[in-house]
Amino acid sequence: MAFHSTTEHRNLAKRHLKSKVFAAFCGAVTWSSVVLLVVLLYQVSVDGFRWLDWQFIDSFPSRFPERAGIKSALVGTIWLILLVALISIPVGVSAALYLEEFATKGRISKMIEVNIANLAGVPSIVYGILGLAIFVRYFALERSLLSGALTMSLLILPVIIIASREAIKTVPVSIRYAAYSLGATKWQTTWAHVLPASFPGIMTGVILALSRAIGETAPLVMIGALTFVAFLPEGPMDSFTALPIQIYNWVSRPQQEFHELAAAGIIVLLTVLLLMNSTAIYIRNKTEKRLR
Amino acid sequence: MTVELNQKKVTEAPREADRVTSLQSSKIRWGELGIRIWLAFCALISVFTTIAIIVLLASETLKFFTAVSPAEFFLGTTWTPLFEPSAFGVLPLLWGTFLVTLGAAVIAIPAGLASAIYLSEYASDRVRGIVKPILELLAGIPTVVYGYFALTFVTPTLRNVFSDLQVFNALSAAIVVGIMILPMVATLSDNAMRAVPVSLRQGAYALGATSYEVTTKVVVPASLSGVMASFLLAISRAIGETMAVTLAAGQTPNISLSMFESIQTMTAYIVQVSLGDTPTGGIAYQTLFAVATLLFAITLAINILSQLILNRFREVYE
Amino acid sequence: MKFARWIHVVFAAGISFFLSSCSQEEEAVGQGSELRGAVSLDGSSTVYPISEAIAEEFLSIAPRVRVTVGVSGTGGGFKKFLSGEIDINDASRTIKESEEAEAEASGIDFLEIPVAFDGLSVVVNPNNTWVDWLTVDELQMIWQPGSMVDSWDDIRADWPARPIRLYGPGTDSGTFDYFTEVINGESGASRPDYTASEDDNVLVQGISGDENALGFFGYAYYIENKESLKIVPVDGGSGPVVPTAQTINEGTYSPLSRPVFIYLNAESLSRPEVRSFVDFYIDNAGAIASEVGYIALPTEMYETSKNAVRAK
Repeated sequence: MAFHSTTEHRNLAKRHLKSKVFAAFCGAVTWSSVVLLVVLLYQVSVDGFRWLDWQFIDSFPSRFPERAGIKSALVGTIWLILLVALISIPVGVSAALYLEEFATKGRISKMIEVNIANLAGVPSIVYGILGLAIFVRYFALERSLLSGALTMSLLILPVIIIASREAIKTVPVSIRYAAYSLGATKWQTTWAHVLPASFPGIMTGVILALSRAIGETAPLVMIGALTFVAFLPEGPMDSFTALPIQIYNWVSRPQQEFHELAAAGIIVLLTVLLLMNSTAIYIRNKTEKRLR
Repeated sequence: MTVELNQKKVTEAPREADRVTSLQSSKIRWGELGIRIWLAFCALISVFTTIAIIVLLASETLKFFTAVSPAEFFLGTTWTPLFEPSAFGVLPLLWGTFLVTLGAAVIAIPAGLASAIYLSEYASDRVRGIVKPILELLAGIPTVVYGYFALTFVTPTLRNVFSDLQVFNALSAAIVVGIMILPMVATLSDNAMRAVPVSLRQGAYALGATSYEVTTKVVVPASLSGVMASFLLAISRAIGETMAVTLAAGQTPNISLSMFESIQTMTAYIVQVSLGDTPTGGIAYQTLFAVATLLFAITLAINILSQLILNRFREVYE
Repeated sequence: MKFARWIHVVFAAGISFFLSSCSQEEEAVGQGSELRGAVSLDGSSTVYPISEAIAEEFLSIAPRVRVTVGVSGTGGGFKKFLSGEIDINDASRTIKESEEAEAEASGIDFLEIPVAFDGLSVVVNPNNTWVDWLTVDELQMIWQPGSMVDSWDDIRADWPARPIRLYGPGTDSGTFDYFTEVINGESGASRPDYTASEDDNVLVQGISGDENALGFFGYAYYIENKESLKIVPVDGGSGPVVPTAQTINEGTYSPLSRPVFIYLNAESLSRPEVRSFVDFYIDNAGAIASEVGYIALPTEMYETSKNAVRAK
């Protein structure tokens, strides 16, 4: 006796066909996202390529497209990365350490955890408003690099905390106990053992958070960084502009040349991001093996 | 760093947090205490941030509502706050946000889910190794780039097909935001689906199910909480999206069923009013906060909902 | 151990970098290339092209002076000017009485300097074949508060029955104030249902992409984008006039010809870099204005302004 009757057989064939079609469909959808990315990058490159030369990087923005460049924007972005890193890394890692190592697990720490998860989902423009009211107005820091950096730090702080916590969690408990058993205090253990062990994971998370910060425009627009800036900031209290803002500025102009300039600016921005992400991956690979 | 062995006798019972973790006496080490305070302070900054956001938004919004009635705000269909006569009905902005978000969800949710299914059920490890980083790349592209893409590629291409599409329209913005949040749906759903134990799948296969049936009847339902959470988070991100919609969708508050016209989202309005740093006080400043509070409330509600779904309905295996 | 040292190095480097740049003093010393300091401008998007160009040229003679130019609109710029946040306000209209009163109350002594003539231009999409000119009355009919004009044939019966879509500056714009005053009779009185933006670039993009569009903004934005826009001659009572350098200068393009200004904070003039910038501005406003698309004032007017500045 056959296990399958003819109807079941036909049915089975149909079902398998359905499966194959479904698999092919899902695959097609997935690969079209890849295609989309390629199209986007191609589009940007083609538009912006002819403007991309040393003069473009070395010049200030101008009303003449031929003369315009992103020097002030690039330097501003670099300043921002440095300042944001300087502010958010210590604070973020400290907070993560506290929550993972030092806090008594209870209702309060759970509440803080939920709070941080919520903050990570708040739209960036709300952080912009926060920055405007607190740093620009209340602390009277005006439209300075410091205001921008502080606002951005607040924005990525939840991300850094979450990523750092994940990294710290992966450190085996045995390392901690070993240190304690030798008489180390909590902080000594943390500083000398837990932190170095979770360092690669933390760094990866930090760099990814920083790359998010660089691409954000809305908070900087809110604190008033949308101006013509044709100089390099010399200190944290100076006005500034940044790559995404300059790009936004150029995209808003109706002339075709400025759109192409925007594309060139985008290429520079994406290159910076690529560099940062590659660094993250490199660090992750380099240091991951050591722990094993 | 050398480890000190402290020879002092234990004079009082060690605190709970230290009980297992230190053989030292409970004499207060001021260095440790100082560090602990600093660490706690950093952790509390997140709390301060939330409090600051709430206080700030609430205080200005309350001022707003002394000038404008909540009924007018929530039910009015005209948004012309800066004109005479001024109208403060926020529905056009809400509608604009809704249109763009809906369009983005229509694109991102099916496509993201399909990608997640492909990645977790069908793709080989090598393919995963290629596609996953590409998705991460898509997710990491700054929003202003998507705005550029919408204006210079999507809108012109669409206008060749639909001749009555305006330069600023909701459709281009929706498409581009959809592409932006697609990786989020894909990655989060993929994680959720991979968490389903192989044994469940194998059991279904053993009963003669095809891969399609296994996916749709076993894997997806089993990971439903994670999948739904991913949808909600992606939607919340779409609602909060600013630069791409400001560039692509325009600045005309407008309740219209057509996605071919210019609309204004809540986020685009906030940017418009603050183009160059809004001075404190005055009704313009307050409208900014009223809209921002609404935006914040909506995204917060969705985020909390997604966390609830994730926690309450998550199937825990072994 | 290595890790700890690494962290210390990073922190030390960061903090010393931070501190060393913090101590930069904003001193303006000497002339030209030794001048240092900052000059802040903000205000009208109409005047922006002039101020931006001047700032850019000023860079070449005083590279260490940091000039920033914002675009908050004439009204927005005045708010900042009156709270002392900026040194110069770009304005496409004269200061209002209420703003003058506020200046007195805050103790801000200001100077009004006209810098160019603008011919406020009414534009439509290049594919708009039916509009040949518009009278001032027709403009009022379209733009007045409570206007019921929704389609082109509401204006003239022989025009096509296509929806009319309006674009114009927002309420913070001096251009908006001027247009509404001259066309609708009261500054600020306008129908609210149009695409409003202080950023004239947005308006240009919108109009050039929308066949049914009608909008207005400063002449420079029209000239800059001539290929994507169609100018509408305006009949102010003596026949339709196209805005050109000549008609604006002579005043025959009326009533939409108007001077645009910069307002100086007299106290800021005590800083050498600001004074130097202002002198440079007035000296070059004529040439730059023509370059960006506006019309230079007669030289005597610039002379008068210079003397006024010298007197402060």
